[in-house]
Amino acid sequence: MNAGGARSTSAAGSHAVQIGFVVGLVVLWYLAATRWGVSSILLPNPITVARDLWEILRTGEYVDDLRVTLTELAAAFAISATSGVVLGYLISRSTYRIRVFEPLFAAIYSVPIILFLPLYVLFFGLGPPSKIALGATISFFPVVLNTIAGFGYVDRLLITAARSMGASDYQLFRFVLLPAALPVILTGMRMGFTVALLSIIGSETIASLAGLGHRIVHLAEAMEMARMFAYIAFVVAIAAFLNVVVSTLEKRGRRF
Amino acid sequence: MPAAVMQRIARSPGLARLGVIVMLLAIWEAAARWVVDPLFLAPPSRVVTSLGAVLGTRGVPAALQITVFELAVAFAISVAIGLVVGLVVGLHNFSRRSFMPIILLLYGTPQVTILPLFILYFGIGPASKIAFGVTHGMFPIIMTVAAGVQNIKPILLVSARSMGASSVQILRHVIFPHMIPSFFTGMRLGMTGVLLGVLLAELYVSTAGIGYFTTLFTQNFDPTKLLGLISILAAMAIALNEIVRRLEVRFARWRD
Repeated sequence: MNAGGARSTSAAGSHAVQIGFVVGLVVLWYLAATRWGVSSILLPNPITVARDLWEILRTGEYVDDLRVTLTELAAAFAISATSGVVLGYLISRSTYRIRVFEPLFAAIYSVPIILFLPLYVLFFGLGPPSKIALGATISFFPVVLNTIAGFGYVDRLLITAARSMGASDYQLFRFVLLPAALPVILTGMRMGFTVALLSIIGSETIASLAGLGHRIVHLAEAMEMARMFAYIAFVVAIAAFLNVVVSTLEKRGRRF
Repeated sequence: MPAAVMQRIARSPGLARLGVIVMLLAIWEAAARWVVDPLFLAPPSRVVTSLGAVLGTRGVPAALQITVFELAVAFAISVAIGLVVGLVVGLHNFSRRSFMPIILLLYGTPQVTILPLFILYFGIGPASKIAFGVTHGMFPIIMTVAAGVQNIKPILLVSARSMGASSVQILRHVIFPHMIPSFFTGMRLGMTGVLLGVLLAELYVSTAGIGYFTTLFTQNFDPTKLLGLISILAAMAIALNEIVRRLEVRFARWRD
Protein backbone atom coordinates (compact mmCIF):
# COMPACT_ATOMS: atom_id res chain seq x y z
CA MET A 1 0.00 0.00 0.00
CA ASN A 2 1.42 3.45 -0.85
CA ALA A 3 1.76 6.31 1.66
CA GLY A 4 -1.37 8.12 0.45
CA GLY A 5 -3.41 4.98 0.87
CA ALA A 6 -2.05 4.45 4.37
CA ARG A 7 -2.87 8.01 5.32
CA SER A 8 -6.45 7.79 4.05
CA THR A 9 -6.92 4.46 5.85
CA SER A 10 -5.78 6.04 9.12
CA ALA A 11 -7.95 9.13 8.45
CA ALA A 12 -10.91 6.79 8.01
CA GLY A 13 -9.91 5.16 11.29
CA SER A 14 -9.91 8.57 13.01
CA HIS A 15 -13.36 9.34 11.65
CA ALA A 16 -14.57 5.95 12.82
CA VAL A 17 -13.27 6.71 16.32
CA GLN A 18 -14.95 10.12 16.30
CA ILE A 19 -18.28 8.75 15.14
CA GLY A 20 -17.97 5.86 17.58
CA PHE A 21 -17.34 8.31 20.42
CA VAL A 22 -20.45 10.35 19.67
CA VAL A 23 -22.67 7.31 19.07
CA GLY A 24 -21.30 5.70 22.24
CA LEU A 25 -22.19 8.80 24.27
CA VAL A 26 -25.75 8.86 22.93
CA VAL A 27 -26.18 5.13 23.57
CA LEU A 28 -24.84 5.52 27.12
CA TRP A 29 -27.20 8.45 27.65
CA TYR A 30 -30.13 6.40 26.36
CA LEU A 31 -29.27 3.37 28.51
CA ALA A 32 -28.70 5.52 31.60
CA ALA A 33 -32.06 7.23 31.14
CA THR A 34 -34.11 4.13 30.32
CA ARG A 35 -32.44 1.04 31.77
CA TRP A 36 -30.22 2.06 34.64
CA GLY A 37 -32.85 4.08 36.40
CA VAL A 38 -31.15 7.49 36.41
CA SER A 39 -33.86 9.95 37.43
CA SER A 40 -35.40 11.79 34.50
CA ILE A 41 -34.90 15.00 36.47
CA LEU A 42 -31.16 14.52 36.23
CA LEU A 43 -31.06 12.99 32.77
CA PRO A 44 -34.14 13.07 30.53
CA ASN A 45 -34.66 10.42 27.87
CA PRO A 46 -32.89 11.50 24.66
CA ILE A 47 -35.95 10.61 22.62
CA THR A 48 -38.11 12.97 24.66
CA VAL A 49 -35.45 15.64 24.22
CA ALA A 50 -35.45 15.14 20.45
CA ARG A 51 -39.24 15.32 20.38
CA ASP A 52 -39.23 18.53 22.42
CA LEU A 53 -36.57 20.04 20.19
CA TRP A 54 -38.65 19.26 17.14
CA GLU A 55 -41.71 20.81 18.78
CA ILE A 56 -39.77 23.95 19.72
CA LEU A 57 -38.56 24.31 16.14
CA ARG A 58 -42.00 23.55 14.67
CA THR A 59 -44.04 25.93 16.83
CA GLY A 60 -41.41 28.66 16.60
CA GLU A 61 -41.70 29.46 20.31
CA TYR A 62 -37.97 30.22 20.36
CA VAL A 63 -38.36 33.26 18.10
CA ASP A 64 -38.89 35.86 20.83
CA ASP A 65 -35.94 34.74 22.96
CA LEU A 66 -33.71 34.35 19.93
CA ARG A 67 -34.61 37.85 18.79
CA VAL A 68 -33.73 39.31 22.20
CA THR A 69 -30.37 37.53 22.35
CA LEU A 70 -29.39 38.35 18.77
CA THR A 71 -30.40 42.01 19.15
CA GLU A 72 -28.25 42.29 22.28
CA LEU A 73 -25.39 40.59 20.46
CA ALA A 74 -25.68 42.85 17.41
CA ALA A 75 -25.81 46.01 19.51
CA ALA A 76 -22.91 44.94 21.74
CA PHE A 77 -20.74 43.92 18.82
CA ALA A 78 -21.54 47.06 16.83
CA ILE A 79 -20.48 49.22 19.78
CA SER A 80 -17.29 47.29 20.55
CA ALA A 81 -16.20 46.84 16.92
CA THR A 82 -16.67 50.51 16.05
CA SER A 83 -15.11 51.95 19.19
CA GLY A 84 -12.37 49.32 19.24
CA VAL A 85 -11.27 49.91 15.65
CA VAL A 86 -11.50 53.71 15.84
CA LEU A 87 -9.69 53.99 19.17
CA GLY A 88 -7.17 51.35 18.14
CA TYR A 89 -6.41 53.21 14.92
CA LEU A 90 -5.99 56.55 16.70
CA ILE A 91 -3.69 55.00 19.29
CA SER A 92 -1.65 53.10 16.71
CA ARG A 93 -0.68 56.32 14.91
CA SER A 94 2.12 57.04 17.36
CA THR A 95 4.56 54.72 19.11
CA TYR A 96 4.27 56.86 22.20
CA ARG A 97 0.52 56.40 22.42
CA ILE A 98 0.90 52.65 21.84
CA ARG A 99 3.30 52.47 24.77
CA VAL A 100 0.92 54.46 26.96
CA PHE A 101 -2.32 52.64 26.16
CA GLU A 102 -1.50 49.10 25.09
CA PRO A 103 -0.29 47.88 28.53
CA LEU A 104 -3.28 49.60 30.11
CA PHE A 105 -5.79 47.77 27.91
CA ALA A 106 -3.90 44.49 28.25
CA ALA A 107 -3.99 44.81 32.05
CA ILE A 108 -7.74 45.49 32.15
CA TYR A 109 -8.30 42.63 29.70
CA SER A 110 -6.68 40.22 32.17
CA VAL A 111 -9.40 40.95 34.75
CA PRO A 112 -12.43 38.65 34.38
CA ILE A 113 -14.83 41.36 33.21
CA ILE A 114 -17.83 39.19 34.09
CA LEU A 115 -17.21 40.59 37.60
CA PHE A 116 -18.73 43.88 36.44
CA LEU A 117 -22.07 42.23 35.72
CA PRO A 118 -23.62 43.03 39.14
CA LEU A 119 -22.52 46.62 38.64
CA TYR A 120 -24.04 46.79 35.18
CA VAL A 121 -27.26 45.28 36.49
CA LEU A 122 -27.30 48.04 39.10
CA PHE A 123 -26.71 50.72 36.44
CA PHE A 124 -28.79 49.43 33.57
CA GLY A 125 -31.37 47.11 35.14
CA LEU A 126 -32.22 43.52 34.34
CA GLY A 127 -33.21 44.17 30.71
CA PRO A 128 -31.12 44.06 27.52
CA PRO A 129 -29.05 47.24 28.21
CA SER A 130 -26.98 45.55 30.94
CA LYS A 131 -26.25 42.61 28.59
CA ILE A 132 -25.32 44.95 25.76
CA ALA A 133 -23.02 46.91 28.06
CA LEU A 134 -21.29 43.79 29.36
CA GLY A 135 -20.94 42.21 25.90
CA ALA A 136 -19.58 45.47 24.49
CA THR A 137 -17.08 45.87 27.35
CA ILE A 138 -15.79 42.32 27.08
CA SER A 139 -15.47 42.30 23.29
CA PHE A 140 -13.94 45.80 23.12
CA PHE A 141 -10.56 44.59 24.38
CA PRO A 142 -9.68 41.93 21.78
CA VAL A 143 -10.79 44.33 19.03
CA VAL A 144 -8.81 47.33 20.25
CA LEU A 145 -5.69 45.29 21.13
CA ASN A 146 -5.65 43.59 17.73
CA THR A 147 -6.30 46.86 15.92
CA ILE A 148 -3.33 48.43 17.70
CA ALA A 149 -1.21 45.38 16.86
CA GLY A 150 -2.41 45.40 13.25
CA PHE A 151 -1.85 49.07 12.47
CA GLY A 152 0.99 49.69 14.90
CA TYR A 153 3.41 47.04 13.77
CA VAL A 154 3.29 47.54 10.01
CA ASP A 155 6.84 47.27 8.63
CA ARG A 156 8.33 50.82 8.73
CA LEU A 157 10.14 50.06 5.48
CA LEU A 158 6.84 49.68 3.62
CA ILE A 159 5.58 53.02 4.94
CA THR A 160 8.84 54.80 4.12
CA ALA A 161 8.89 53.27 0.65
CA ALA A 162 5.29 54.31 -0.05
CA ARG A 163 5.95 57.81 1.26
CA SER A 164 9.10 58.24 -0.78
CA MET A 165 7.16 57.22 -3.87
CA GLY A 166 4.82 60.07 -3.09
CA ALA A 167 1.80 58.30 -1.57
CA SER A 168 -0.82 60.60 -0.06
CA ASP A 169 -2.27 59.95 3.43
CA TYR A 170 -5.28 58.29 1.89
CA GLN A 171 -3.19 56.16 -0.46
CA LEU A 172 -0.91 55.14 2.39
CA PHE A 173 -3.92 54.06 4.43
CA ARG A 174 -5.73 52.32 1.61
CA PHE A 175 -2.82 50.48 -0.03
CA VAL A 176 -0.29 49.94 2.76
CA LEU A 177 -1.74 50.15 6.25
CA LEU A 178 -5.15 48.59 5.68
CA PRO A 179 -4.00 45.49 3.77
CA ALA A 180 -1.29 44.85 6.36
CA ALA A 181 -3.55 45.38 9.37
CA LEU A 182 -6.82 43.84 8.16
CA PRO A 183 -6.05 40.17 8.89
CA VAL A 184 -5.05 40.95 12.49
CA ILE A 185 -8.07 43.22 13.01
CA LEU A 186 -10.42 40.58 11.63
CA THR A 187 -9.00 38.03 14.03
CA GLY A 188 -9.64 40.48 16.88
CA MET A 189 -13.19 41.00 15.66
CA ARG A 190 -13.83 37.25 15.51
CA MET A 191 -12.49 36.83 19.05
CA GLY A 192 -14.59 39.78 20.18
CA PHE A 193 -17.70 38.34 18.57
CA THR A 194 -17.21 34.97 20.27
CA VAL A 195 -16.69 36.43 23.74
CA ALA A 196 -19.61 38.83 23.23
CA LEU A 197 -21.91 35.90 22.45
CA LEU A 198 -20.64 33.96 25.47
CA SER A 199 -20.94 36.85 27.88
CA ILE A 200 -24.42 37.77 26.66
CA ILE A 201 -25.73 34.23 27.10
CA GLY A 202 -23.89 34.11 30.44
CA SER A 203 -25.39 37.34 31.73
CA GLU A 204 -28.83 36.22 30.56
CA THR A 205 -28.30 33.08 32.61
CA ILE A 206 -27.28 35.03 35.70
CA ALA A 207 -29.78 37.88 35.75
CA SER A 208 -32.31 38.73 33.06
CA LEU A 209 -35.92 38.95 31.97
CA ALA A 210 -35.74 37.39 28.49
CA GLY A 211 -33.38 35.75 26.01
CA LEU A 212 -32.14 32.24 25.35
CA GLY A 213 -30.02 32.07 28.52
CA HIS A 214 -33.01 33.19 30.54
CA ARG A 215 -35.20 30.54 28.92
CA ILE A 216 -32.78 27.75 29.89
CA VAL A 217 -32.68 28.91 33.52
CA HIS A 218 -36.46 29.30 33.57
CA LEU A 219 -36.91 25.70 32.38
CA ALA A 220 -34.31 24.47 34.89
CA GLU A 221 -36.20 26.15 37.71
CA ALA A 222 -39.47 24.67 36.45
CA MET A 223 -37.75 21.23 36.35
CA GLU A 224 -38.75 20.77 32.72
CA MET A 225 -35.56 18.93 31.99
CA ALA A 226 -36.28 17.48 28.56
CA ARG A 227 -37.30 20.87 27.25
CA MET A 228 -34.25 22.46 28.84
CA PHE A 229 -31.91 19.94 27.18
CA ALA A 230 -33.65 20.70 23.89
CA TYR A 231 -33.05 24.42 24.37
CA ILE A 232 -29.41 23.81 25.30
CA ALA A 233 -28.96 21.85 22.07
CA PHE A 234 -30.67 24.66 20.17
CA VAL A 235 -28.44 27.37 21.68
CA VAL A 236 -25.28 25.33 21.12
CA ALA A 237 -26.30 24.85 17.47
CA ILE A 238 -26.98 28.58 17.05
CA ALA A 239 -23.64 29.46 18.63
CA ALA A 240 -21.80 26.95 16.44
CA PHE A 241 -23.56 28.33 13.36
CA LEU A 242 -22.66 31.94 14.25
CA ASN A 243 -19.04 30.96 14.93
CA VAL A 244 -18.79 29.22 11.55
CA VAL A 245 -20.26 32.29 9.82
CA VAL A 246 -17.79 34.61 11.55
CA SER A 247 -14.80 32.36 10.84
CA THR A 248 -15.80 32.16 7.18
CA LEU A 249 -16.11 35.95 6.98
CA GLU A 250 -12.71 36.27 8.62
CA LYS A 251 -11.10 33.94 6.07
CA ARG A 252 -12.83 35.73 3.20
CA GLY A 253 -11.65 39.11 4.51
CA ARG A 254 -8.08 37.88 4.85
CA ARG A 255 -8.00 36.94 1.19
CA PHE A 256 -9.23 40.39 0.24
CA MET B 1 2.51 72.94 33.59
CA PRO B 2 6.26 73.67 33.44
CA ALA B 3 8.04 72.62 30.28
CA ALA B 4 10.41 70.31 32.17
CA VAL B 5 7.51 68.24 33.51
CA MET B 6 5.93 68.02 30.07
CA GLN B 7 9.21 66.80 28.64
CA ARG B 8 9.56 64.19 31.32
CA ILE B 9 6.07 62.88 30.61
CA ALA B 10 6.77 62.87 26.88
CA ARG B 11 9.83 60.71 27.46
CA SER B 12 8.19 58.19 29.74
CA PRO B 13 5.00 56.44 28.64
CA GLY B 14 4.69 54.90 32.09
CA LEU B 15 4.12 58.32 33.64
CA ALA B 16 1.60 59.19 30.96
CA ARG B 17 -0.22 55.92 31.62
CA LEU B 18 -0.37 56.79 35.29
CA GLY B 19 -1.75 60.20 34.26
CA VAL B 20 -4.49 58.54 32.20
CA ILE B 21 -5.47 56.34 35.15
CA VAL B 22 -5.52 59.31 37.54
CA MET B 23 -7.63 61.28 35.05
CA LEU B 24 -10.14 58.43 34.71
CA LEU B 25 -10.38 58.15 38.49
CA ALA B 26 -10.90 61.92 38.74
CA ILE B 27 -13.74 61.79 36.17
CA TRP B 28 -15.29 58.89 38.07
CA GLU B 29 -14.93 60.77 41.37
CA ALA B 30 -16.52 63.92 39.93
CA ALA B 31 -19.33 62.01 38.25
CA ALA B 32 -20.13 60.05 41.40
CA ARG B 33 -20.07 63.15 43.60
CA TRP B 34 -22.03 65.59 41.52
CA VAL B 35 -23.80 63.92 38.59
CA VAL B 36 -24.89 60.33 39.19
CA ASP B 37 -27.45 59.26 41.78
CA PRO B 38 -25.52 57.94 44.84
CA LEU B 39 -27.78 54.89 44.83
CA PHE B 40 -25.98 53.68 41.71
CA LEU B 41 -22.39 54.87 41.82
CA ALA B 42 -19.91 55.56 44.60
CA PRO B 43 -16.80 57.74 44.18
CA PRO B 44 -13.50 55.83 44.22
CA SER B 45 -12.31 57.67 47.34
CA ARG B 46 -15.23 56.29 49.32
CA VAL B 47 -14.80 52.82 47.77
CA VAL B 48 -11.21 52.72 48.99
CA THR B 49 -12.07 53.91 52.49
CA SER B 50 -14.90 51.37 52.68
CA LEU B 51 -12.69 48.38 51.86
CA GLY B 52 -12.28 47.81 55.59
CA ALA B 53 -16.05 47.87 56.07
CA VAL B 54 -16.52 45.37 53.21
CA LEU B 55 -14.03 42.97 54.78
CA GLY B 56 -15.70 43.59 58.12
CA THR B 57 -19.14 42.60 56.80
CA ARG B 58 -20.15 39.38 58.44
CA GLY B 59 -19.55 36.48 56.04
CA VAL B 60 -17.43 38.31 53.46
CA PRO B 61 -14.02 37.01 54.61
CA ALA B 62 -15.45 33.48 54.70
CA ALA B 63 -16.93 34.01 51.22
CA LEU B 64 -13.57 35.14 49.86
CA GLN B 65 -11.95 32.12 51.46
CA ILE B 66 -14.49 29.82 49.83
CA THR B 67 -13.85 31.44 46.45
CA VAL B 68 -10.08 31.07 46.80
CA PHE B 69 -10.58 27.45 47.81
CA GLU B 70 -12.83 26.82 44.78
CA LEU B 71 -10.30 28.46 42.46
CA ALA B 72 -7.39 26.48 43.88
CA VAL B 73 -9.14 23.11 43.72
CA ALA B 74 -10.56 23.77 40.26
CA PHE B 75 -7.15 24.84 39.00
CA ALA B 76 -5.39 21.80 40.48
CA ILE B 77 -7.95 19.42 38.94
CA SER B 78 -7.77 21.23 35.58
CA VAL B 79 -3.98 20.94 35.50
CA ALA B 80 -4.08 17.24 36.42
CA ILE B 81 -6.74 16.38 33.85
CA GLY B 82 -5.17 18.64 31.25
CA LEU B 83 -1.73 17.11 31.66
CA VAL B 84 -2.90 13.49 31.54
CA VAL B 85 -5.41 13.88 28.71
CA GLY B 86 -3.06 16.18 26.79
CA LEU B 87 -0.23 13.63 26.98
CA VAL B 88 -2.45 10.67 26.11
CA VAL B 89 -4.05 12.47 23.17
CA GLY B 90 -0.93 14.25 21.98
CA LEU B 91 1.65 11.48 22.11
CA HIS B 92 0.25 9.45 19.22
CA ASN B 93 -0.67 10.69 15.79
CA PHE B 94 -3.73 8.53 15.59
CA SER B 95 -5.22 9.52 18.93
CA ARG B 96 -4.44 13.16 18.25
CA ARG B 97 -6.21 13.13 14.91
CA SER B 98 -9.15 11.22 16.37
CA PHE B 99 -9.71 13.17 19.56
CA MET B 100 -8.42 16.69 18.93
CA PRO B 101 -11.46 17.62 16.78
CA ILE B 102 -13.75 16.40 19.56
CA ILE B 103 -11.82 18.39 22.17
CA LEU B 104 -11.85 21.50 19.97
CA LEU B 105 -15.58 21.08 19.44
CA LEU B 106 -16.23 20.79 23.19
CA TYR B 107 -13.94 23.76 23.86
CA GLY B 108 -15.84 25.80 21.29
CA THR B 109 -19.32 25.16 22.68
CA PRO B 110 -20.73 27.86 24.94
CA GLN B 111 -20.50 26.00 28.25
CA VAL B 112 -22.44 28.65 30.07
CA THR B 113 -25.63 27.18 28.56
CA ILE B 114 -25.18 24.09 30.74
CA LEU B 115 -24.46 26.03 33.94
CA PRO B 116 -27.93 25.18 35.39
CA LEU B 117 -27.10 21.49 34.90
CA PHE B 118 -23.97 21.82 37.03
CA ILE B 119 -26.05 23.26 39.85
CA LEU B 120 -28.52 20.42 39.45
CA TYR B 121 -25.84 17.71 39.50
CA PHE B 122 -23.43 19.18 42.03
CA GLY B 123 -25.69 21.28 44.25
CA ILE B 124 -25.45 24.97 45.09
CA GLY B 125 -22.30 24.62 47.20
CA PRO B 126 -18.62 24.80 46.19
CA ALA B 127 -18.73 21.49 44.24
CA SER B 128 -20.69 22.97 41.33
CA LYS B 129 -18.36 25.99 41.13
CA ILE B 130 -15.31 23.75 41.13
CA ALA B 131 -16.80 21.50 38.45
CA PHE B 132 -17.72 24.46 36.27
CA GLY B 133 -14.28 25.97 36.74
CA VAL B 134 -12.67 22.67 35.73
CA THR B 135 -14.64 22.41 32.48
CA HIS B 136 -13.44 25.92 31.59
CA GLY B 137 -9.85 25.40 32.68
CA MET B 138 -8.97 21.96 31.40
CA PHE B 139 -9.49 22.41 27.66
CA PRO B 140 -6.80 25.06 27.05
CA ILE B 141 -4.34 22.95 29.07
CA ILE B 142 -5.21 19.80 27.13
CA MET B 143 -4.71 21.63 23.85
CA THR B 144 -1.41 23.30 24.69
CA VAL B 145 0.04 20.13 26.23
CA ALA B 146 -0.98 18.09 23.19
CA ALA B 147 0.49 20.74 20.89
CA GLY B 148 3.69 20.92 22.94
CA VAL B 149 4.19 17.18 22.77
CA GLN B 150 3.54 17.23 19.06
CA ASN B 151 6.29 19.79 18.43
CA ILE B 152 9.09 17.57 19.72
CA LYS B 153 11.48 16.87 16.88
CA PRO B 154 11.16 13.18 15.92
CA ILE B 155 14.94 12.95 15.67
CA LEU B 156 15.25 13.49 19.43
CA LEU B 157 12.90 10.61 20.12
CA VAL B 158 14.65 8.38 17.61
CA SER B 159 18.11 9.15 18.94
CA ALA B 160 17.00 8.66 22.55
CA ARG B 161 15.49 5.32 21.64
CA SER B 162 18.52 4.26 19.60
CA MET B 163 20.70 5.00 22.61
CA GLY B 164 18.55 2.56 24.53
CA ALA B 165 16.28 4.85 26.54
CA SER B 166 13.19 3.23 28.00
CA SER B 167 9.71 4.72 27.57
CA VAL B 168 9.84 6.15 31.09
CA GLN B 169 13.27 7.67 30.45
CA ILE B 170 12.06 9.21 27.19
CA LEU B 171 9.03 10.66 28.96
CA ARG B 172 11.18 12.00 31.79
CA HIS B 173 14.18 13.32 29.85
CA VAL B 174 12.88 14.18 26.38
CA ILE B 175 9.16 14.78 26.42
CA PHE B 176 8.74 16.60 29.75
CA PRO B 177 11.52 19.16 29.23
CA HIS B 178 10.15 19.96 25.78
CA MET B 179 6.62 20.24 26.99
CA ILE B 180 7.37 22.70 29.77
CA PRO B 181 7.02 26.02 27.89
CA SER B 182 3.71 25.07 26.32
CA PHE B 183 2.55 23.54 29.61
CA PHE B 184 3.03 26.87 31.36
CA THR B 185 1.25 28.69 28.54
CA GLY B 186 -1.58 26.22 29.06
CA MET B 187 -1.56 26.92 32.79
CA ARG B 188 -1.93 30.64 32.12
CA LEU B 189 -4.86 30.07 29.76
CA GLY B 190 -6.27 27.52 32.18
CA MET B 191 -6.15 30.03 35.03
CA THR B 192 -8.12 32.51 32.92
CA GLY B 193 -10.67 29.78 32.24
CA VAL B 194 -10.90 28.67 35.87
CA LEU B 195 -11.46 32.26 37.01
CA LEU B 196 -14.21 32.70 34.42
CA GLY B 197 -15.93 29.42 35.24
CA VAL B 198 -15.84 29.79 39.02
CA LEU B 199 -16.95 33.43 38.97
CA LEU B 200 -19.77 32.72 36.49
CA ALA B 201 -21.06 29.91 38.70
CA GLU B 202 -20.66 32.06 41.82
CA LEU B 203 -22.63 34.91 40.26
CA TYR B 204 -25.31 32.52 39.02
CA VAL B 205 -26.19 31.00 42.37
CA SER B 206 -24.45 31.13 45.70
CA THR B 207 -25.49 30.74 49.31
CA ALA B 208 -22.31 31.75 51.10
CA GLY B 209 -19.78 32.65 48.38
CA ILE B 210 -19.03 36.04 46.89
CA GLY B 211 -21.95 35.68 44.47
CA TYR B 212 -24.30 35.91 47.44
CA PHE B 213 -22.77 39.20 48.52
CA THR B 214 -22.68 40.79 45.06
CA THR B 215 -26.40 40.03 44.79
CA LEU B 216 -27.00 41.33 48.31
CA PHE B 217 -25.14 44.61 47.70
CA THR B 218 -26.88 45.08 44.35
CA GLN B 219 -30.31 44.54 45.84
CA ASN B 220 -29.56 46.89 48.73
CA PHE B 221 -28.40 49.58 46.30
CA ASP B 222 -25.07 49.72 48.08
CA PRO B 223 -22.64 50.58 45.25
CA THR B 224 -19.83 51.43 47.67
CA LYS B 225 -19.61 47.92 49.05
CA LEU B 226 -20.34 46.34 45.68
CA LEU B 227 -17.47 48.24 44.05
CA GLY B 228 -15.24 47.43 47.02
CA LEU B 229 -15.94 43.71 46.73
CA ILE B 230 -15.47 43.78 42.94
CA SER B 231 -12.13 45.58 43.40
CA ILE B 232 -10.95 42.95 45.88
CA LEU B 233 -11.92 40.16 43.49
CA ALA B 234 -10.33 41.93 40.52
CA ALA B 235 -7.11 42.37 42.52
CA MET B 236 -7.22 38.68 43.38
CA ALA B 237 -7.71 37.72 39.74
CA ILE B 238 -4.88 40.01 38.62
CA ALA B 239 -2.57 38.51 41.24
CA LEU B 240 -3.38 34.93 40.18
CA ASN B 241 -2.98 35.75 36.49
CA GLU B 242 0.28 37.53 37.20
CA ILE B 243 1.70 34.53 39.11
CA VAL B 244 1.07 32.10 36.26
CA ARG B 245 2.24 34.67 33.69
CA ARG B 246 5.55 35.15 35.53
CA LEU B 247 5.98 31.38 35.73
CA GLU B 248 5.31 31.16 32.00
CA VAL B 249 7.89 33.81 31.16
CA ARG B 250 10.44 32.20 33.45
CA PHE B 251 10.03 28.67 32.12
CA ALA B 252 9.86 29.76 28.50
CA ARG B 253 13.40 31.05 28.95
CA TRP B 254 14.55 28.14 31.04
CA ARG B 255 14.85 25.77 28.08
CA ASP B 256 17.42 27.82 26.17
